[in-house]
Amino acid sequence: MRTVDLSQTSLRELNAELHRLQRTTNETHWRIVNPRGQHAIGVGIDAPIVVEIEGHVGYYCAGMNKEATIVLNGNAGPGVAENMMSGRVHVKGDASQGAGATGCGGLLIVDGNASARCGISMKGIDIVVKGSVGHLSAFMAQAGNLVVLGDAGDALGDSIYEACLFVQGNVASLGADCVEKPLEGRHKIDLARLLEAAGLNGTVDPASFRRYGSARKLYHFHIDNLGSY
Amino acid sequence: MCGIIGLFLKDRAIEPELGALLAGMLETLCDRGPDSAGFAVYGAAAPHAIKITVRGPRDCDFTAVVRRLEAGGDPLPRVVHDTHVVLTVPEAREDAVRAEISRMPELTVVGCGRRMEIFKEVGRPDRVAKRFGLDAMAGTHGIGHTRMATESAVTTGGAHPFTTAADQCLVHNGSLSNHNALRRELIRHGFAFQTNNDTEVAAGYMSWRMREGDSLEQTLNSSLSALDGFYTFVVGTESGFGVLRDPIACKPAVMAETDRWVAFGTEYRALVDLPGISTARVWEPVPAKAYLWERH
Repeated sequence: MRTVDLSQTSLRELNAELHRLQRTTNETHWRIVNPRGQHAIGVGIDAPIVVEIEGHVGYYCAGMNKEATIVLNGNAGPGVAENMMSGRVHVKGDASQGAGATGCGGLLIVDGNASARCGISMKGIDIVVKGSVGHLSAFMAQAGNLVVLGDAGDALGDSIYEACLFVQGNVASLGADCVEKPLEGRHKIDLARLLEAAGLNGTVDPASFRRYGSARKLYHFHIDNLGSY
Repeated sequence: MCGIIGLFLKDRAIEPELGALLAGMLETLCDRGPDSAGFAVYGAAAPHAIKITVRGPRDCDFTAVVRRLEAGGDPLPRVVHDTHVVLTVPEAREDAVRAEISRMPELTVVGCGRRMEIFKEVGRPDRVAKRFGLDAMAGTHGIGHTRMATESAVTTGGAHPFTTAADQCLVHNGSLSNHNALRRELIRHGFAFQTNNDTEVAAGYMSWRMREGDSLEQTLNSSLSALDGFYTFVVGTESGFGVLRDPIACKPAVMAETDRWVAFGTEYRALVDLPGISTARVWEPVPAKAYLWERH
C-alpha cells in the first residue's frame, strides 16, 4: 500500500502519479493522509485501484472517477464525485452541495447528509444517501437512481427528464414536472440491488420508499400546446 | 468568490490566541479574496469608555492627531496599528472627540464600541493582517473577510467588515439585490451610510432591528424576508456571534465546534489549524436557519 502525506507531497504530484497509473498497475491500494480540505484530490483517476482518504476534503474530490474505489473517511466539500464515469465513491461523513453532479455512471454512497443540489443533472450515476439531501436535488436529472434514506429538501427533481428518485423520509416539496409514481416490483428489485451495493443488505425494506420521477410534460410535445409553437 | 471567517471562543484560556488563530484562517482564504481584507476583534472593555477605531492616511502622524483630539485634556489611551489607531475615549468626552475627528478630513471612523476594534485595508489579506499585527491581538470573538471585488472598486471603503452601530459588525459573501430600496428606508429611520455598498445596508438593517429592541436571533430571522439576494453572513455583537445563509444557499459555508470554540469558514481549509479540529463536529450550516452563540 502506498501512503501519501499531503502535508509533505503537493496535490499536483499526487494527482499526476495517480493519472500515470495503468489499468494493470500493481499499486492498487493508496492511502492519502492530511488532506486538510484541499480541492480536487483524486480527480480524474482511470484505473481499478482503491484510494482511502483520511480526513475532510474541499471541492471536487474524486471528480471524473473511472473504475477506482475511493473511500473518504471525512466530509466532502462541494462537487464530490462530480461527473463520475464508473467505479465507487464512498463518503463516510457528510457531502456538501452538488454531490455526484452530472455523474454518468458508478455508485456514490454518502453515509451522512448531502446538502443542496445532490445529483444535479445526473446522467446515469447511482447515488445512495443514508441521511438527507438538501433542496433542488436531482435538478434536471437525466438518468440513474437517487436513493435517500432520510428526507429531501424543497423542489426535489425540479425539471427532471428521466431518472428514478427513491425517498424513505419526507419530501419538503417536489419541483416542476416531478411527480410521485407507484413503487412496483421491478423498482423494489432495483432498490434492493442499490441498497445491497451500499452495504445495507437486508437492513432497509425497499417497500418503505416512495418513488418520484418525471411527469414528462415539460420537455415533451403535447398537442394541447400546439398554439404556443 | 470572497472568503469569510469567524471564531467565537468559549474557553477563556485561549483568548490570548484569538488573533493568531484568526490570522491563520484569513491567510488560508487569500486565494478567495486577494484584493482587500478586514477583521473585527472583540477585546477587553475599559470601564465607562468607548473604543473608537480611526483610519488615517499612510504614514499618518498619529501622535499629532491624538494631541489635537485630546484638546489639552487628559491623555487618551491609544494603540496604533499601521494606518489605524484605536482610541479609548471616556464616555463624557466622546462627542467632543468625534466632533474634532469630523473636522479632520484625512481621518475616517472605521468603527466603535465598548469592545469592538475593526481594521481594513486594500492588499493581500495575509499582508494586511501582518501590517495590523492581528496575530498579537486577544479577545473573545472576531470575524474577518477576504474580498475579491466583482461589483465595485477595490477600495478600503469597500472592504468588510461593515459596522453601522457600536459593537455590531458583519461580513458578507454574496450580493444583495434590494439594497437601494432598503437603504432609502433605513435613511428615513435615521441611518447614515458611508458607501454605496450592498453589505453596508445589510449591516444597517440589522442595527436598525437591534436598535428597535429585537434580539440577534430575531434580527437574523427577519433578515431572511427583508434581504433579497445571495448571502452568507457572519455577524458580531458585543457578546454574540451569528451565522445566516440565504434560503438558496448560493455561497459555501462550513462550521466547526468543540467545547472550546465555534468557528465559521467559507471553506473547511480555513479551519484546519484550529486546536482540536480533528475531533471537532464539522457541519454545513443549513440554509435559512439562524445560528447564534452568546457569551454570558
